[in-house]
Amino acid sequence: MSERGTNPARVALLILAALATFIFVMGCGSDDDSEQASSDDALQELGEGEGEVNLVAWAGYVEDGSTDPKVDWVSDFEKETGCEVNVKIGNTSDEMVQLMRTGQYDSVSASGDATTRLIEGGDVDPVNTDLIPNYEDVYDALKDQEFNSVDGQMYGVPHGRGSNLLMYDPDEVKPAPNSWDVVFDNADQYSGKVTAYDNPIYIADAALYLREHQPDLGIEDPYELDQEQFDAAIELLKQQKEHVGEYWSDYTKEIQAFANGDSSVGTTWQVIANLLNADGSKEEVVLPEEGATGWSDTWMISSEAENPNCAYMWMDHIISPEANAAVAEWFGEAPSNEKACALTADKEHCDVYHADDEEFFSQIEFWKTPVSDCGDDRGEECKTYDEWVQGWNEVKG
Amino acid sequence: MEAGVATPVQRRSAGRRLADLFHGRPRLQAGALLAGPVGWLVIGYLGSLAVLLVTSFWSLGELSGEIEQTFTFENFEDVVSTDVYRSVTGRTVAIAALVTLTDIVLAFPLAFYMAKVAGPRMRGLLVVAVLMPLWSSYLVKVFAWRGILSQEGAFNWLVDPLGIEGPGYGMVAIWLVMSYIWLPFMIIPIYAGLERIPDTLLSASEDMGAKPSTTFRRVIVPLVFPAVVAGSIFTFSLTLGDFISPTLIGGGEQLIGSVVYSNFTADLPFAAAFATVPIVVMIAYLLIARRLGAFQHL
Repeated sequence: MSERGTNPARVALLILAALATFIFVMGCGSDDDSEQASSDDALQELGEGEGEVNLVAWAGYVEDGSTDPKVDWVSDFEKETGCEVNVKIGNTSDEMVQLMRTGQYDSVSASGDATTRLIEGGDVDPVNTDLIPNYEDVYDALKDQEFNSVDGQMYGVPHGRGSNLLMYDPDEVKPAPNSWDVVFDNADQYSGKVTAYDNPIYIADAALYLREHQPDLGIEDPYELDQEQFDAAIELLKQQKEHVGEYWSDYTKEIQAFANGDSSVGTTWQVIANLLNADGSKEEVVLPEEGATGWSDTWMISSEAENPNCAYMWMDHIISPEANAAVAEWFGEAPSNEKACALTADKEHCDVYHADDEEFFSQIEFWKTPVSDCGDDRGEECKTYDEWVQGWNEVKG
Repeated sequence: MEAGVATPVQRRSAGRRLADLFHGRPRLQAGALLAGPVGWLVIGYLGSLAVLLVTSFWSLGELSGEIEQTFTFENFEDVVSTDVYRSVTGRTVAIAALVTLTDIVLAFPLAFYMAKVAGPRMRGLLVVAVLMPLWSSYLVKVFAWRGILSQEGAFNWLVDPLGIEGPGYGMVAIWLVMSYIWLPFMIIPIYAGLERIPDTLLSASEDMGAKPSTTFRRVIVPLVFPAVVAGSIFTFSLTLGDFISPTLIGGGEQLIGSVVYSNFTADLPFAAAFATVPIVVMIAYLLIARRLGAFQHL
C-alpha cells in the first residue's frame, strides 16, 4: 500500500462501487422456492435403489456399529438394499433445518420444531405411506398429527418419542433430585457445575418449570408464551446462567464435560447417559416431577432428494420392528412401531418409556416452533421463534 | 534452402503465438497475470462480504423460519440497541486487546534474542520452534487445552499440591489459549523488524554514552514499533473473529464470533448483521495502524 501511485480514496471508491453493483444484482434476484409442496409431489411408485442415501439425523439414530459393535441397524439395510448410508449428525433443530436447505440430503429425522419449518418452507415432500409397508404398525396416536401432516397428508413417518431428562452425578448431587429446581431455583448448590442445552428451545424448559412453581403466570403451553411469561422465563434463565459451568448442544461436549467432572447436573438425552455409563461413568437420569420437554420425531424426505428410492427404503427400514426396537432402546425413547415392543432386548422397554401410554405423553411438552398465534383467547400476543432466539442470546449475555 | 526458411513459420506452436500476442503489450501482460487473483478477490472475497451485507437486511418468515427478502433495518437496530450485544462487543474488543498486549510482552524478548543475540544455529532452531505449533490444526490445539483446563485436567493436577485451583472454562481460559495460539503471529513480525535494525545503530548509541535502557527506549522501540503494530493486526483480528475457543473453553461466556455462530442456523440475517461489527472494528483498527506506519513492514 504505497502512498503514491494509486490514490487510496479512489481504490476505496472502486471497491464500494463493485460492492454496490453486486448488492444490486443480488437484490434483483427473485426467490420463489418457498412454496409448500402439494400431495402430487409424493413419490407414486418405488423404483430401484440409487446406491446411496444421505441422512441428517440426531446422534444415536443411525448406528452402523462404529460406536459400539453391538449397536448396528445400518449394515443389514445396506446389504439388503444396496443403499450406502451416509449420515450427518445435527445437534439442534436449527442446524437440521439449515442442513436440509442445502439440498444435499435426502432424508432427515426432524423434531416437531423443525418439521413445521421444513413443511412451511417447502423443503420436504409429502410421503406416500402406501409405499412404506411398516407404516401400518405405527401407533395411531402418532399418525396425522399437527407437526407431521397437512390436511391428512403425511409428510414423513413417525420415528419415536421421548422426553428430555435430568442427568446428575450421584457422587456430587445428593440427595437424588426429583425436580428441575436443582438447575433453577436451587442451582446455587451446584454453582459452576450446572449445564443446559444451548438452544433457544431450552426457554421452554424454564417455562415448564415456572408452570408448576409460579402458577400466577398462567403458563399452559411452554411454547406459547406472552410477554410477561416470556420475561419471567428469561429472568429465570439469567439466574441459572450464574451457575452454569458451560452449555452444550454438541452431545459429545456434554459427555466430555460430565466425564471430566466439569458438569454435574443438567438436562440430557438418555443416549448420552448410556454412552457415559458404557464408559464406566456412573451418571444417573430422572424424569422430574414437573414433567419435561421432549420430542416426537419424524423421518421426512427432501423435496430435492437425489436418492428418493433409497430414502423411502430407509424410512421403511427405520420403522421396521427390528430397527425401531434397536434405535428406541439405544437412544432411550418410545418406539413408533407397536411391534417393536416385542423385540427390545429389555422386555420392559416399552413400559418404561410408556410407548402406548397417551396419558403419560400428554405430560410431555413436545418441541414445536413458537409462533405469534397463542392458540387461545390471547390471540396474536405470543413470542415468535426469532424473539426466542434473541431472548436466548440475552440469557447467555 | 528455401524450405528451411518456410517451415518454422508453419510450425509455430500455440504457445509461440500466445507469446507473440503478449509481446510489447505490457497492459495485456499485466491484465492476464492479475485476472485470476483479482477475479478471486472481487468475486470470491468481496462477493461473499456483499452477500453477507445483503442478508443482514432481510428477515425471517415466522412459520417457515426461511429468509424473506424484504428490506429491513431491524437486525441492525437489534445489534445497536440491545444491551447484551453491546456488552458482547465490548468484551470481545477487550479480550482481543488483552491478548495483543500479552503477546507483545511475551514476543518481544524472544524476538530480540533471536534477532540480536542468538547465533545462526540457535536462531534457526528458534524459528522452527516458533513455527512448529502452526503445523498442527487449530482445532486440535483448542481441544487439547479443553482437556488441560478441565476439572480433572493437567492444569489442576499441577497446581493442586499448591492448594490452588485452575481457572476452569471462562474468560481467563480464552485469554490464555488465544495468547498461546496467536503468539507466533506476533513473534515473526517483531523478529523481522528487529533484524532490520543495523547493529551499528545500537553500537553508535552506546558510543554516544546512552545507557542500554535509553538505547532501547529511543532507538529500538521507535524503529520496531511499526512491526509491533503489524503483528498486532494479526493477534487482534484473529481473536476478534474467533468462535471456536469461546465455544469450547469459554464456559457460558460469549464473544462476537460465538454469537454469530450460534445464530447463523437460527437467524441468519441477524447473524449477518452482527458479523458486520468486527468488520467495522477492524476497519477502524487498520486505519489507525496505517497512521502508525504499520503497512511499511508487511
